[in-house]
This record gives sequence, C-alpha cells and structure tokens, in this order.
Amino acid sequence: MRIEQDEIEKIAELSRIRISDEEIGQVTQRIAEILQMVDQLQAVDTHDVEPMANPLDATQRLRPDKVTQSNRRNAFQAIAPAVENGLYLVPKVIE
Amino acid sequence: MHTKSVAQLVKGLRERQFSSVEVTRAYLDRIDALDSQYNSFITVDEAAALAAAGGADERLASGTANALTGIPIAHKDIFCTDGVRTSCGSRMLDNFVPPYDATVIQRFKSAGAVLLGKTNMDEFAMGSSNESSFYGPARNPWNTDLVPGGSSGGSAAAVAGLLAPAATGTDTGGSIRQPAAFCGITGLKPTYGRVSRLGIVAFASSLDQAGPMAHSAEDCAFLLNTMAGHDPLDSTSSTAATEDYCATLGDSLEGLRIGLPTEYFGEGLDVATGECINNALKELEAQGATLVEMSLPHSALTIPTYYIIAPAEASTNLARFDGVRYGYRCENPVDLHDLYSRTRQEGFGEEVKRRILVGTYALSAGYYDAYYKKAQQIRRLITQDFMHCFEQVDVIAGPTTPGPAFALGAKSNDPTSMYLEDVYTLAVNLAGLPGMSLPAGFVEGKPVGLQLIGRHFSEARLLNVAHRFQQATDWHLRTPDSAKGGTL
Repeated sequence: MRIEQDEIEKIAELSRIRISDEEIGQVTQRIAEILQMVDQLQAVDTHDVEPMANPLDATQRLRPDKVTQSNRRNAFQAIAPAVENGLYLVPKVIE
Repeated sequence: MHTKSVAQLVKGLRERQFSSVEVTRAYLDRIDALDSQYNSFITVDEAAALAAAGGADERLASGTANALTGIPIAHKDIFCTDGVRTSCGSRMLDNFVPPYDATVIQRFKSAGAVLLGKTNMDEFAMGSSNESSFYGPARNPWNTDLVPGGSSGGSAAAVAGLLAPAATGTDTGGSIRQPAAFCGITGLKPTYGRVSRLGIVAFASSLDQAGPMAHSAEDCAFLLNTMAGHDPLDSTSSTAATEDYCATLGDSLEGLRIGLPTEYFGEGLDVATGECINNALKELEAQGATLVEMSLPHSALTIPTYYIIAPAEASTNLARFDGVRYGYRCENPVDLHDLYSRTRQEGFGEEVKRRILVGTYALSAGYYDAYYKKAQQIRRLITQDFMHCFEQVDVIAGPTTPGPAFALGAKSNDPTSMYLEDVYTLAVNLAGLPGMSLPAGFVEGKPVGLQLIGRHFSEARLLNVAHRFQQATDWHLRTPDSAKGGTL
C-alpha cells in the first residue's frame, strides 16, 4: 500500500507530533517502507481466526470498587512543568 | 570481588568475608574507572547506593537479612525508581523523577538489594542497538566499536563489563535476549504476566515483560525468585503460583525433547553463528536430550505482525506524554495544540515518532481491520504454531540472533533492516512464552547466544536446561579484555 505525504501529515496531526517541512519527505519515505514490509499480512487467509489481544487469552480482571491508595497530589504536582493552586497550567484554551 | 557470581556474593556477605559497602564501593569504582568506554549507565547515585549498602550491612549483622541483602543490582532506566531520575532513554523524561517505585524495584528493595544505578537503553525501549538513546549509544564490552544490542543494551554491557553483578531488563520483542546474546551474558524473558509491569514505562502492553540479566542461569534464577509473582496493581499480572527457580537447576536432562524449528536454521542465519548453535545442541544431546526437527510455519510473518501490534500499542501508551503533568514541555507554547505537538516533536526521537505514526495509522478509521485486526489474527496463528510444537517437545532451541553484534552505525539509518535483527525473538513475545539467551560460543571474538523457548510458565525448566549447559561449558565465564582494566 502506498502512502502519500498528505496522509502522513494527517496522521501526524492525529498523533499531535509536529513534523517540519524539511523532515516530512524523509518521514513519509521511511513509513512507506515499513508499510510495504507489513503489507505481506494481507495475503494471509485469516477467515474465522479470532483476533488475539492477550497472549494468555486472559480477560480483564475486576476488583472491588474500594479506595486503596492515599491522595498524593502534592508529590505528583511537584514534578509537573507548571502548576498553580493545585491545578495543572496549560495555555489559555477559551478566550 | 567483581568476578564473583550473585550466588557467591550472597554467600560471602552471609559469612562476613566482605561487607555490602565494600562490594558496592568496588562496583562504583569500576563504573567510575571503566564506564566511559561503555556508556552503560545513565544515572549513578553513589551516596544513595552506599547508604543502602550500609543499611544492608546492619541487617546482615543483626541476622535480619533477606534473599538479596547487600547485593548491588543495576536497573534498566525504564523502571520507575522513587526519587531517582527515570529517563527511559528519552529527552521526554530527562527531568522525570518518579514519586514511586515500580513493583520490581520494590521487590528488590524488600529482598535487600542495593540499587547500583540506572542503565542505558534505546529510547522507550524501541531499538535493537541502543543507538536511539538520548544519552548516546552504549557500547559492547567485547569490542567497543560494536553495538551491545538493545533495547536493554546498557544492562547487558554493564554485566558483561563487570560493572554490576546482575541487572534487570525488559523485553518487548527481544530486548533482553538480543543484547544478552551480543554481550555474552545470560538473560531471561519470563512468561507474559509472570513479572509485574507496574511502574515500567509502557511500550507495548500486551508484549512487555521484565526479566533478569546476569552471567549465569543460576544468577538469573536467583533474581527471578525476587521478581516473579502476582501484583494486584497490574491487571495483567498472572495469579499462577511461582516456584523456587533455583530448586530444579541441577535436574537431569535425560529424556528432554528439544525442538529445532527449521525456520530458525535456514536462510538469513550466519554460517559461523549456526555452527556455534549446532555445537551447543550437541552438548545438550550429550546430556541426554533428544533433538527433534519441527516447523513454525508462520515464522516469516512475525516481523510484519509485530511491527503492527507493537507500534499500535505504543502509539496509545505514548499519548500520555503531553507536556502537562510531568516530563518535557516545549518553551513558550502559543496554544494547547502547539504545546502538545511541539513538546512531542522535540521530546521524542526519530524512531519513537516513526512508531507512533505507524501505530496511529494502523489504528485509524478505515485501516483498523486491514492492519491491527489482521495482525491480531495472525498473532493467534503464530501462537498456535508454538502450541502444536509443545505437544511434541519440552523446549525449543535455536539462535537468538541471525549473527553476532554489528558495528555502531551499520544499521541506524535503515529501520527495516534493523527490524530483521529480531527475527528469532519476536514470536516469543507475540505468543507470551518464556525465552532466554545464553552464551554459546564466539565468532571472531564476538559472542553468540543460544535461545531457549519454553511453554507458558516453564521458566524453571529453561533455567534448568541453561544451568546444565553452563555446568559443562565455560562460555558464560569468559571476560572481555576491556573489562580487565581498573582491577581493584
């Protein structure tokens, strides 16, 4: 499957990764090579094969809805780039 | 001191032949003297290591020591360590000091081990050469022009260079076994779910597994005894009972059936590497094992399958790095979108960004069925191949890698050729099986690794086979010349 530069730009946007104009050609080429390599999967007959998400076919374990950990907000906020009054700061979103 | 095994160090500490402070000091001095040639550590906190060693000596003196009390262990910089920077080899986490310990770290602390330092690795564990590390590549102690393998290359180099008696690694597609093979040490990737993933920076959650890296199978067994076990905080952690992995090390190999997949001995395998593997197999045969030719027919599909599933899971896991809560943040973002996209542009390296993009593509609307679902279906076919083989054999054996370590820079500009490095290791992760690599000879001075693959939860059997092999061979005891300097 071929992939065009505008598709890579769309994926980069979805991934929230900025790619400079200088890099985009090279990135497109590398990803095209990888997609070409994985393309051989399309030839395999997988009719009736159940997809495998967990190698032990385990299902999600549930636990009682009980508080088991203490609040460590201060410790977690201490390593954040910008906080104020217990809140994480980001650039203004709503004018 | 630095040539002793973990087992010998444990005994020596118990018998007060030396103290933990002396052992720890010896390794810190060697790191100081020799690591400039390997770049195997990212962070070493001497004061903290010596303080922990002092505490261990008090417990040894008061008779309250545990299994690993006083033993210095190096940890891959992917395990969160409370108060010690955990970079995952990335600029994104260069300033990240976790406020908690990974379960594996906690278990080592409870067992009394001393945290010697954090080892170099490919960025976010994505790589087979350690060259994608933000901190520069680690180097192979057998020849510092060669890569140590990856992603746990720093751990492998540190153990091979005798800068740590043992280390931890993680393995998503071969990241313990391949560097172990390249550096001439022993490494074990346990069954998926055997060791807790809590506090390990996530790469591909259905494949990631942590394990021990050391000189011998016996030392790996020692470490696995501490690492393995259920963790209620990891929902994929297995509740299956653990065993004493040291107890059966010496069991006879009489009657053992070893499967040799024809796909692992065909085109692509370096001839001299193949000869080392065949000689190793003869040794196992001499000890009473039977070699059985068999087939894993879907082997050719493991690389493409892996390179859909792993990037897909990675793109999801790495979405958490947003420049808001911890880690790197770009300067002067103009708006929220700019904050996200520039933080991720600047914080991630090339290979990581490439995998996020591939993963996002494979999961995006219109492509999900063709890529991700298809890969998950073929994952089942690959797993079924192994299950059929294990109806006839106890263990599968073959090379860990297609050839010995390659030169730095040889493959770093060609990702798809780098991916071929993992051709014999990836399937083990897709199927969730335990696998290990052990030294089996040399090709032109470069170590060769024998890979053993077992049924789910058969770690004790793999360690037993490896230990018996190591009782009859001395490949695992060889020391690279570069490690002989700086002797105490």
